[in-house]
Amino acid sequence: MSEPRLILEEPLRGGQMWSRVLRRGQTLRLTDVEGGASVAALFYNAEELSERYNMPDTLKAQHTARLTANHVLYSDMGRVLCSVTEDTVGWHDTITGHGTALHNRKKYGEGSYQKLRNDRYCNSRDNFVVELGKYELGKRDIVANLNFFVKVVADARGALSFVPENSRPGAYVTLRAELHTLIVLSNTPHPMDPRRAYAPRPVALTIRAGLPAAIEDPCRQSCPENGRGFTLTDGYFAGREAAWP
Amino acid sequence: MALVESQLVPEQALFDQVIPAGDGFTYLVKRGQVLRIVDLEGNQAADTLFYDAHEPSNRYSAVDTVREQGNIYLTTGTRLLSTEGDVLLTIVADTCGRHDTLGGACAAESNQVRYALEKKYMHACRDTFLLTIACCTPDLSKRDLAANVNFFMNVPVTSEGKLTFEDGVSGPGRYVEMRAERDVRVLISNCPQLNNPCNGYEPSEVRVLVWGQG
Repeated sequence: MSEPRLILEEPLRGGQMWSRVLRRGQTLRLTDVEGGASVAALFYNAEELSERYNMPDTLKAQHTARLTANHVLYSDMGRVLCSVTEDTVGWHDTITGHGTALHNRKKYGEGSYQKLRNDRYCNSRDNFVVELGKYELGKRDIVANLNFFVKVVADARGALSFVPENSRPGAYVTLRAELHTLIVLSNTPHPMDPRRAYAPRPVALTIRAGLPAAIEDPCRQSCPENGRGFTLTDGYFAGREAAWP
Repeated sequence: MALVESQLVPEQALFDQVIPAGDGFTYLVKRGQVLRIVDLEGNQAADTLFYDAHEPSNRYSAVDTVREQGNIYLTTGTRLLSTEGDVLLTIVADTCGRHDTLGGACAAESNQVRYALEKKYMHACRDTFLLTIACCTPDLSKRDLAANVNFFMNVPVTSEGKLTFEDGVSGPGRYVEMRAERDVRVLISNCPQLNNPCNGYEPSEVRVLVWGQG
């Protein structure tokens, strides 16, 4: 079987932000080129931006505290924004948020544009504020995000620890949009990453054409909750021209 | 789980109100005042959000709170952090032992996903939040309803990444108390959920008390 039609290939360099509306059925693959990457991500229904990724609903519907293949990302409206169709990493975090300018200053030092030009120390909070601003969204729209390639575990007492080397060179995760989804990415070091140097890793983005989840799709069938989530998602498009390529 | 009791007595409280199951509540807690939430009958979830009273976009952040304290459970000593990294309140007493902040609030739509499509009619926390802010806090809207605290609720997570809703660790009369570190708007939905053990399948009243200068 040949790969579906390639729509876009684009690098996401360290420190960089990015956004795009992924049409229903299209896929986005994020590849951790060198290993050890960390990409913070937010998701919105592109047709109704007040509908957005909901960390608690995503976790409790699927009885999980991590995200990997066959999981889906729920909005606050009971619908599936994206499915995780492929994952060679095994664990993506969504419970520990993202870093700020203050985190960077404390950990890495100043890292100003004046000195470093475009190698300056970028942070995900500011990246999100800027990228969301392009859609007239703002701070109030920044919710608990997903952290691709990041693993943070909780022990029996709830204590959190960052797991290094969770993602190997060439590891990738693929999302399929189930709503027309505005995806906002920020490639900066996770605030719990113990590495002392500011060195966000390059990530490659690949977008391909595709169709929404078929009836027998593993994401739809991975738990009864997801079956119902897809029913609600399909119902949202019922009676409308489904605009996928 | 170390339990810490408070020396404050209800007779000296500035404010004292019972919230029935399924009702909403909002109050402006001033800096230095102490807020107590009491689980009157046990096993009741109090879904709670906090906002900087003067800058509501600076709101409670579950993920910043758990990351900065290095633990997913909230208890005595926990600093409830905002999206801007400010301390909104500090938990100063807790006779329950731990509280959840990953489980979020129920909504009609998420109830359909979690339990059955026919559950849409059931009362849910998000409805309570929307109604309460529409009536009392016009500066807030749906986009301000982020991941909340679930006082008295038990949502264990395993090192393998499993997450479950379990019967509460709370009991009748258990309480949690927090000191406001700045002027804070508190928004509570006394959870009406009937589909999981978060309320022991029998939603009940909680009591809210505030001490300090009026």
